[in-house]
Amino acid sequence: MHGLINRAIQGFVADTYGRARWIAVTHLADLGFADFEAMMIYPPELTQRVLDAAVRELGKARDELLEDIGIYLASHPQAEAVRRLLRFGGVTFVDFLHSLDDLPERARLAVSDLALPALELSEHAPGRYTLTVSGEHDGFGPMLLGVLRAMADDYGALVYTELRRAGPGSDALEITLVESAYAEGRRFVLGGSD
Amino acid sequence: MEACPHILDVLCPLHAILDPEGRIAHAGPTLSKLRPGRDLADADAFEVFEVTRPRHVRGMAALLAHAGQCLHLRLRDAPRTKLKGVVVPAPGGDGAILNLSFGISIVEAVRDYALTNADFAATDLAVEMLYLVEAKSAAMEASRQLNLRLQGAKIAAEEQAFTDTLTGLKNRRALGHILERLVVRGARFALMQIDLDWFKAVNDTMGHAAGDQVLQHVARELVEATRGSDTAARIGGDEFVLVLRDPGGQAEVARVATRIIRRIETPVEVAGRETRISASAGSALSWRYTRPEAERMLADADRALYASKAAGRGRHRFAGQDD
Repeated sequence: MHGLINRAIQGFVADTYGRARWIAVTHLADLGFADFEAMMIYPPELTQRVLDAAVRELGKARDELLEDIGIYLASHPQAEAVRRLLRFGGVTFVDFLHSLDDLPERARLAVSDLALPALELSEHAPGRYTLTVSGEHDGFGPMLLGVLRAMADDYGALVYTELRRAGPGSDALEITLVESAYAEGRRFVLGGSD
Repeated sequence: MEACPHILDVLCPLHAILDPEGRIAHAGPTLSKLRPGRDLADADAFEVFEVTRPRHVRGMAALLAHAGQCLHLRLRDAPRTKLKGVVVPAPGGDGAILNLSFGISIVEAVRDYALTNADFAATDLAVEMLYLVEAKSAAMEASRQLNLRLQGAKIAAEEQAFTDTLTGLKNRRALGHILERLVVRGARFALMQIDLDWFKAVNDTMGHAAGDQVLQHVARELVEATRGSDTAARIGGDEFVLVLRDPGGQAEVARVATRIIRRIETPVEVAGRETRISASAGSALSWRYTRPEAERMLADADRALYASKAAGRGRHRFAGQDD
């Protein structure tokens, strides 16, 4: 699993609960080191071990933990770069939803060996969408749910989201857009430092 | 031609329609955004823009002579944003359409004018380009951080590989490298082998922990008795080597040796007991050789050291010294 993904888990635990709790997770997972390197590749089972350890250490259900990681990625000041790159997807939340199909390609353009699961958005009624997630590794669905919820806030949109698990690595996210301009939302300028 | 501006506003929002005299008849929405305080309509295009390439293009005739070619332009007042452009004669033959893009200055332009996605045509790759610039910069920064950490780890590993862990002095490997470099450079240096006397007795009667403390004590004395440019190494159990750079003459080297032996002979308290040891030393001087070699100098210094030991310990001799 790419270091960026492992690093996201580390960042979430350390920035939310403190460095000591993260160190406890690394011990529980029998990691043998304290910090993931963002630009290195690690065996996939290592990521699963860290997630299992975080579930135990933080006393959270696995899907809930993954969703919180998604929210962290899209909204925490320490992860501002991710939020900005996501905002390049479009001017409105609907544009953003439609840009998700391209997300794995966009990620690969930035970091060529970063593999994300395939995403496909379908709109089956006005304002009602299904985002299907299919990948090799389990857990992206709930994490993406967190990302979507945080990004809806970022755009100031009011949405209802629901996760349907459809087997390991396969998920469907049901998205209902109630109002696209519900709240002010956060500013985003192309030139950065907004 | 009447509907033309509206079409162009969507297809290429950074454009200007010029009348036959070179005045701006219509400015696209993004172009207007570049000069928010100023109404560009009716302004002389050649007062607003300077054509920098090709040179000496001023006036409609000169401009249209380059129709279809890549033009380099710049806004005349600040911020003097550089632009790329292409001009085509307007349909019907009166005036021209000048389409513009930011080219490589896009990153500064979006910052200077607070442009948003809506300021670019839907088909324009500008936003993708900005995304890439930002994504690549973030990835590059992560890689740079990794490189810095790896380099730090490499330096630490090398340091460790060349350090005697008990005393913190250089080890035999480090000494080999240092001597090679000095010899290649033709430097003037003294090589002093030092062997502790009565150390085995400390080890046998007081234990290895006490022995280690004595070795650490000796190491400190060696560092204190030499200069920063000199090297102190531990190359065996109780065997040390000093490399003295530009030590002056033989007399100065002898003085250093005596000082070191006296310091080592000063009793120290180890594990609550007063401990006495001594040291014997032998030195080889690089300037005594026509072509100094590290191996040979080490062997000569070692012979001098054994002569010191044989002569009753607590002494120093030079290689080739007869008495």
